Amino acid sequence: MMLQIENLHASIGGNEILRGVNLEVNAGEVHAVMGPNGSGKSTLAQVLAGRESYDVTGEVLYEGKDLLALSPEERAAAGVFLAFQYPVEIPGVGNLYFVRTALNSLRRQQGLDELDAIDFLSLAKERMGLVEMDESFMGRSVNEGFSGGEKKRNEIFQMAVLEPKLAILDETDSGLDIDALRIVASGVNALRNEGRAMLVITHYQRLLEYIVPDVVHVLVDGQIVRSGDKNLALELEQHGYAGLEQRADLTPSAEPVAAATP
Amino acid sequence: MTTTATTASPQGLAGLELAPDVNQPSWLEGARRVGLEWVAEHGFPTLKDEDWKYTRVGPILDVPFMPALKLPAIKLSGEMNHRLSPSAIDELAGDLGGTRLVFVNGYFASELSSRPTLPEGVTVTSLASVLAEDAERLEPFLSRPLPSQRHAFTALNAALAEDGAFIQIPPDTIVAAPIHLVFVADAGASPLVSSPRSVVLAGARSQATIVETYIGSGGVYLTNAVTEVVLEDGAQVEHYKVQDEADTAFHLAALHVRPGRDSNFSTHALALGAAIARHEVWVRLEAEGAEVTLNGLYLPEGNQHHDNPVLVEHVAPRCTSRQLYKGVLDGHSRGVFNGHIVVGPDALATDASQTNKNLLLSEWAEVDTRPRLEISTDDVLCTHGAAVGQLDEEAVFYLRSRGIPHQEARDVLTYAFAGEMVELIRVDPLRSHVESKIAERLRAGRVERLRAGRVEAGR
Repeated sequence: MMLQIENLHASIGGNEILRGVNLEVNAGEVHAVMGPNGSGKSTLAQVLAGRESYDVTGEVLYEGKDLLALSPEERAAAGVFLAFQYPVEIPGVGNLYFVRTALNSLRRQQGLDELDAIDFLSLAKERMGLVEMDESFMGRSVNEGFSGGEKKRNEIFQMAVLEPKLAILDETDSGLDIDALRIVASGVNALRNEGRAMLVITHYQRLLEYIVPDVVHVLVDGQIVRSGDKNLALELEQHGYAGLEQRADLTPSAEPVAAATP
Repeated sequence: MTTTATTASPQGLAGLELAPDVNQPSWLEGARRVGLEWVAEHGFPTLKDEDWKYTRVGPILDVPFMPALKLPAIKLSGEMNHRLSPSAIDELAGDLGGTRLVFVNGYFASELSSRPTLPEGVTVTSLASVLAEDAERLEPFLSRPLPSQRHAFTALNAALAEDGAFIQIPPDTIVAAPIHLVFVADAGASPLVSSPRSVVLAGARSQATIVETYIGSGGVYLTNAVTEVVLEDGAQVEHYKVQDEADTAFHLAALHVRPGRDSNFSTHALALGAAIARHEVWVRLEAEGAEVTLNGLYLPEGNQHHDNPVLVEHVAPRCTSRQLYKGVLDGHSRGVFNGHIVVGPDALATDASQTNKNLLLSEWAEVDTRPRLEISTDDVLCTHGAAVGQLDEEAVFYLRSRGIPHQEARDVLTYAFAGEMVELIRVDPLRSHVESKIAERLRAGRVERLRAGRVEAGR
């Protein structure tokens, strides 16, 4: 088992967003997490990557180790990667420098030799090809002035260089036109392999036409209310989340007020 | 050579007296007396003075400073003074190639300087040598008080200054290599005040790059410097200043600029050292169509205090002024940006901007930022803005999520903030020198990787 989440709760400023998430992901699998706005999808992604602004309880085992005990950089070194929904712009830090610093930080933490500039450059060029990224982006500041699609491609480029074991893609499809979506998805598909698991978080079924998941989970109001195969995504596309939200209200773990609804 | 005898006083700077010197021209003696009288009459600035409201000079006045004297050449070359070797100066000030004039405690030290051949007619020499040989050439600059921003320290410089740099570029002449002026403090047993006075005259359509570097190895001393730059019509001068004094020292400096018609002046000031430092820039735009760019980066830490007053007076029409000052403040340090743009009634089509951005790295560091605009005409384009903030935690998390350790992530982002100013330095060896100075400041080594990244990205 690569990832085992048990009864995960997360709140911020006293506001509980995740309310007992349970999820298991095996190596080689792609799991989609779908849900309406505000259901906690992005919080789940951020908590798994180590965002410190949340109060978190519950258990997350990653390759059998307590993931919640690790700092964000230790999680990265252990193979966890988050493709951000809103990649951060960092003026003054060159993109290529950033990715090389990241890779060498990981390698240092893993006890490997750092890559020199020349070896890194050939690796970077090869991986840029996966997301059809122009080399001119490498000399620019991280994400600064990038379009929405370029930012998302840059996330997948970083993933391709850092080669994580568990990749969490947070709404990687948002803000992409159909061509950009196709490029990003083919980059992701090229990175699918037996040793790597992916958690694909999305609001829409559209992305899952390109990145076909093994399992689909539906997150509503901070809990996973249904899991199924890829057909579940199609069902959601046709009927929306409305029906599922009602079902969430009826689950035994829901709030007493909701449970009292006739 | 003129030598003004000066009597020290236990009262420090407030009690200095001049002794008559028969060797100097009477106009110079008069100017010195006027300077000292000004100090006696007006006293030293206090927090009540608008331009000094954030900088207390009390700690400077408490020290019984004596005016520095010219060191004998033999002492400079002796083994006792290995700190003052050309290679030690390369290390501390950077080797920029080209002409380098070195001043020790404000006095020209020819044995430490290098003067390769310059284009015909270009003068790069010491002020003292001009005073000795052709004093009248300096009368227009030294005989009158500085026309504005007068305060006790510039008056004191007028009273005490005996040396500094004198640079004159003839019209239509280009000096390609930077002219490096290095001011070294060699603190003695008792606290010394050095008073360098430099004059740069750029002839019509001439081009030159001037770099001033202030260094000191330790001890309590005061550098009280005045630099005056005059640009004739169409001249282009790029000026840099690196203030890397000893952390126990005081540094007060005034840069006065008078740009001619359609001339272009830029300055980049980096403040690293001194316990209390004040770098004052004053530009008076009296000729149409001049463009000035005034940049500054201050990096105080510990208990350092860095004050950056800037006054730009738009008098003539069609002039452009751009100010960009950035501060990175750590420890219990304090920074001040006091920028003032005055647009007079005749300064039509003025284009002026003023930006100050500060990054506070510690909860104890403090910055006072005060961008001010005073406009007396309608036809102007003026913008100003100031920001004070901490590192963006969103960006810190982004870097950490990629495996970059916490402190390193903070350093990378801090350097990126300051790096914008470093990138503006167009003299390559100076930029490298400044990069490594900032790297020392932001924990050694990490910026090495940043620099490697820039080289890589430039391929």
